[in-house]
Amino acid sequence: MTDQLTVSAQEAAVLGPTAGDVPEHSVLPDAELTAAQDGSGSAAPLSPADIDRIRADFPILERTVRDGKPLVYLDSGATSQRPVPVIDAEQEYVTGHNAAVHRGAHQLAEEATDFYESARQRIAAFIGAGNPDEVIFTKNATESINLVAYAFGNATFSDQSAAQRFKLGPGDEIVVTEMEHHANLIPWQELCRRTGATLRWFKVTDDFRLDLKDIDQLINSKTKVVAFTHQSNVLGTINPVEILVAAAQKVGALTVLDACQSVPHMPVDVSALGVDFAAFSGHKMFGPSGVGVLYGRYDLLAAMPPFLTGGSMIEQVFIDHATYAAPPARFEAGVPMTSQAVGLGAAVDYLTDVGMKAVAAHEASLTGYALQQLSANSGLRIIGPAGTADRGGAVSFVVDGVHAHDVGQILDDAGVQIRVGHHCAWPLHRRFGIAATVRASFALYNTPAEIDALVAAVADSQRFFGVG
Amino acid sequence: MQMEKLYQEIILDHYRTPHHFGLRDPFDTEVHHVNPTCGDEVTLRVRLEPTGTGDNDPIVTDISYEAMGCSISQASTSVLTDLAIGRPLSEVLDTLGAFTTMVTSRGTIEGDEDVLGDGIAFAGVSKYPARVKCALLGWMAFKDAAVQSVDSSSAATSDAQSPSA
Repeated sequence: MTDQLTVSAQEAAVLGPTAGDVPEHSVLPDAELTAAQDGSGSAAPLSPADIDRIRADFPILERTVRDGKPLVYLDSGATSQRPVPVIDAEQEYVTGHNAAVHRGAHQLAEEATDFYESARQRIAAFIGAGNPDEVIFTKNATESINLVAYAFGNATFSDQSAAQRFKLGPGDEIVVTEMEHHANLIPWQELCRRTGATLRWFKVTDDFRLDLKDIDQLINSKTKVVAFTHQSNVLGTINPVEILVAAAQKVGALTVLDACQSVPHMPVDVSALGVDFAAFSGHKMFGPSGVGVLYGRYDLLAAMPPFLTGGSMIEQVFIDHATYAAPPARFEAGVPMTSQAVGLGAAVDYLTDVGMKAVAAHEASLTGYALQQLSANSGLRIIGPAGTADRGGAVSFVVDGVHAHDVGQILDDAGVQIRVGHHCAWPLHRRFGIAATVRASFALYNTPAEIDALVAAVADSQRFFGVG
Repeated sequence: MQMEKLYQEIILDHYRTPHHFGLRDPFDTEVHHVNPTCGDEVTLRVRLEPTGTGDNDPIVTDISYEAMGCSISQASTSVLTDLAIGRPLSEVLDTLGAFTTMVTSRGTIEGDEDVLGDGIAFAGVSKYPARVKCALLGWMAFKDAAVQSVDSSSAATSDAQSPSA
């Protein structure tokens, strides 16, 4: 296959004369890279003083809202804030090295390409990808999942032999779950509509876990794709990836993991998990918006047809046809979002320096405290597991007699920024007969005092609406 | 707290005790509107009746509805029914225009109580752009239903007058 003979941009960067010239500030020392590669780093618990130092890295946390109230930002599940090193990395790239990557032979183009590819290498190491070419930069996780779904759809109409394994049609099945974010649901609904395949789904139990009792019926010989979230953005539930991957592998189905709510919050090693694809967004992990990642197993990416086509993703172009570059270039048509990728590289460095085990431990302690404090309020019902086992830091709830939107308004007036609504998981809310929930979601920079502010503001909302 | 300005007593009263709630017959048109950002929804029926004066401006004789949503959306729909039922459609649409202008003004237009009646209580909503859709949910459903009612009645009239009918 000609694809396999092509030297990828990544390989070129490694092999080329500039390989040793990657700017010093944009790569980690070897020792830290090793720590990053195990996806975890230090497990020492973070002290309140550590958290104070971390908070000082996030300038926005200093500001006030709604007539001088201190900002209590509990909406990192929607988007996280950015630390100074991420802002500086973007600024340094833009002010000193900006050029179109993978084009031109001038010095700026070389430097820009090195910055971009260095970010790819560090992100690949951070998630345990075996090879940087398994990391594709996208606009966001939504685009990452659409990339896979559209590539499968394109394979369905492809005459390339390599693409045949992705073909879908009537009689084939795609399995999702009832707790998916719309981003990991609608692309599969649409793929089914286009190909005639059938959509099936895991239900959610009354205790907010995937109902796996019929797993062998649901994932069967007709199943071609199993797409599921690592951690629910509403419930906080962490799903048993290994069980789902094993069931999919048994029948030869491909797995697509929505890792948006896991990669920013816990050690994630995609190779160890054994998933075929994983998607996450930069802006939920202290990085910029406008950049996301699709991880894909290299042999699958190498066999997949492209999604978006145009410049940069080609091997050879004739007036009536073209051949395509090897991954990742095949899936990065056009000039990419370079400063954002550089910023995401810096975000990964930041998380690696803190250590993902320490991040996870801090957030688990916040989640435990929030669950305990909120549970003490008898007029409130938590929509998600009651304990911290297999559970992350998205805590959603309903308040008896007060609509989520109204709770959110009172919280906002107290400076507490949370999310209200269905959080792009409408079928999950419908499953529990709820139109909308209030969701607090935590990140590394949050403190127990902020949870106290949340709890107090919820009680205020109950008093205000006369139900407390 | 700024919240008393947003959630005025009139709003809380209508929220706790919505007026004209429930779905009733007869009606011309039923619509179902949702707010996709929060999942709030309203099913709303409109009944228009001609005045008999031939001026083509029917009277809104009933608005009935079932709704699920926040205090702002529930109360604004309830206030709408008070303002609209029994009045000529053209006047109700004028009120609707004034209400829409006020709540979308980002706090720059106070609103005229003579035109808006209890609707004036929603002036505070205009300072919270995320809540504007809540305040307009029932009103936009009404507008949609009224337009459909007028369209179907004029279609029926023109059918009746058409020589081929």
